[in-house]
Amino acid sequence: MTHTETQDYRVYGWVLLALLILTTITITVTWIDLSALTVLVALIIASVKSFIVLRHFMHLKFESKLFTVFVVMVLGIYTLVIALTFFDYLMR
Amino acid sequence: MAEAITHSYLENTGRYKGILAWLTSTDHKRIGLMYMYAMMVFFIVGVLLGELMRLELFRPGQQFITAQTYNGVFTIHGIIMIFTVVIPGLAAVFGNFSMPLLIGAHDVAFPRLNLFSWYLYILGAAIALSSQFMGNGPPDTGWTFYAPYSIQTHTNVVAAVFGAFVLGFSSILTGLNFIVTIHRFRAPGMTFFRMPLFPWSLYATAWIQVLATPIVGITLLMVIAERWLRIGFFDPSLGGDPILYQHLFWIYSHPAVYIMILPAMGVITEIIPTFAQRRVFGYKAIALSSLAIALVGYFVWAHHMYTSGMSITARWVFSLLTFLVAVPSAIKVFNWVTTMYKGSIAVKPPFLFALGFIILFMIGGLTGLSLGSLATDIHVHDTAYVVAHFHYIVFGGVGFAFFAALHYWYPKMYGRMYNFKRANIAFIFMFVGFNLLYFPQFVLGLMGMPRRYFDYLPQFTLGEQISSIGGFILLVGIIIMLVNLFSRKGGKAPDNPWGGTTLEWSIPSPPPHENFDKLPVITGEPYDYE
Repeated sequence: MTHTETQDYRVYGWVLLALLILTTITITVTWIDLSALTVLVALIIASVKSFIVLRHFMHLKFESKLFTVFVVMVLGIYTLVIALTFFDYLMR
Repeated sequence: MAEAITHSYLENTGRYKGILAWLTSTDHKRIGLMYMYAMMVFFIVGVLLGELMRLELFRPGQQFITAQTYNGVFTIHGIIMIFTVVIPGLAAVFGNFSMPLLIGAHDVAFPRLNLFSWYLYILGAAIALSSQFMGNGPPDTGWTFYAPYSIQTHTNVVAAVFGAFVLGFSSILTGLNFIVTIHRFRAPGMTFFRMPLFPWSLYATAWIQVLATPIVGITLLMVIAERWLRIGFFDPSLGGDPILYQHLFWIYSHPAVYIMILPAMGVITEIIPTFAQRRVFGYKAIALSSLAIALVGYFVWAHHMYTSGMSITARWVFSLLTFLVAVPSAIKVFNWVTTMYKGSIAVKPPFLFALGFIILFMIGGLTGLSLGSLATDIHVHDTAYVVAHFHYIVFGGVGFAFFAALHYWYPKMYGRMYNFKRANIAFIFMFVGFNLLYFPQFVLGLMGMPRRYFDYLPQFTLGEQISSIGGFILLVGIIIMLVNLFSRKGGKAPDNPWGGTTLEWSIPSPPPHENFDKLPVITGEPYDYE
């Protein structure tokens, strides 16, 4: 267990900045007509934001690898569930 | 510590006495029993509602309830049986009572959260049941709350849906508790592959509870939002897509079938080796097949939707995936039967119920394959055939496994035995009654009898009457079983009445408050009979 590890506060500052920039990008791309790709682009940006939050704010970086495996497994299952659902919509 | 083990968990040693001592207890064994008592009440109500439907269906035409009342009765029968009995079912009762004993732990990881889950369960059930007495009458949507009807009906859908939402939280928290308990609280030396197979099945179940339940939770809230705010998620008249509701609902509700059946399979895997006095055949295959069922079970949901208007390509993809999930289930059945081979079999009540489970689950499973097949499903979709298949899995599977578990761990729970002869008679009544009740519905369904109809054509009369008679034989069996178990006439139970090798049989019956005086150190496999 490595719960006692701490992170430099400057990292949190960088994380905040990154989240603000990514949020700005999310809003900006809504002005561009990406047609079918709109949702995909929004999801990719949201995924990058989630990754940063999970790794730094939620300390996955310092935890046992098992937690990372769990998170990846859960994201994998949800990705497949969403893919299968949208697969139906695309094939109709 | 020595003081603590002199008292069984049934004795009050804490600050409160009487019922308050139970309602404030964080002991996993007491919480397991509290789930069981509440569930028994709900089960009896659900059974009586089922018998009411069988009475109405005894002859064609209206007998004594209207079509609208019938719609309300099958809806609340489904809500009670699914959300308050079989989904929490074995995991909440025997997962709580037995799992910490089986892994050599003093309790679950979060005892207070465990008690909170029970309160959420009671609250959710109360909200769901209140739908019968408030608003514009009982909901008439069926337990699936299909849109757009659930958006449009004036009956009290919101309370029932919100009750199911709260019950979902109870399920998630129990799942979380079990995952952490199994990871962190196993006895020293108990590696994952030295762990008994019931905790393995609970582990797989817990992941489904944690990952799938939030999806139905948000879906049910979307139904409420649609009804109140007219947003347009699911109702085509508001611009919504009703098939989206079916996707979201079944993304949870098909894995929910595995929330029900995986712990049932785990119980059977405990009982068979004990009564065959044989090492379980294919330990790793059974353990990993639980995980495989949980994983593949996520991706088969749309086999409930072949006739919904879903794309043709999606239909065959889901049909293929459905056939895949049968493989790990078949592995389990093969291993149970092989464990019995050349065993020294003692035909006692828990074993009889376990055998009943295997037979009924096989019929339910194999008829499930014909429903998973596109061509046959189109023919029998929404007929009595589906009702029969579903009840063979959920009552024949989960129900009989629950009763097997109850007869198996009863001596440990209460420290006394029950009458074997009466238990065997109860089993015979239940097994015969069950088959008379549900098997004719396969035939009726193939003949074209639709499900959820309160009236039928004259050619279905014989089948419906056999079914109703079976329902009452089953009821007699349930009454005999409950009277036998709870009339408190059995003698004192020894610590290990069945000759089991797992840890719960190494401690007194009933167990002390913190289970083990000293945590056991595990050096070998759990089913060491040879």
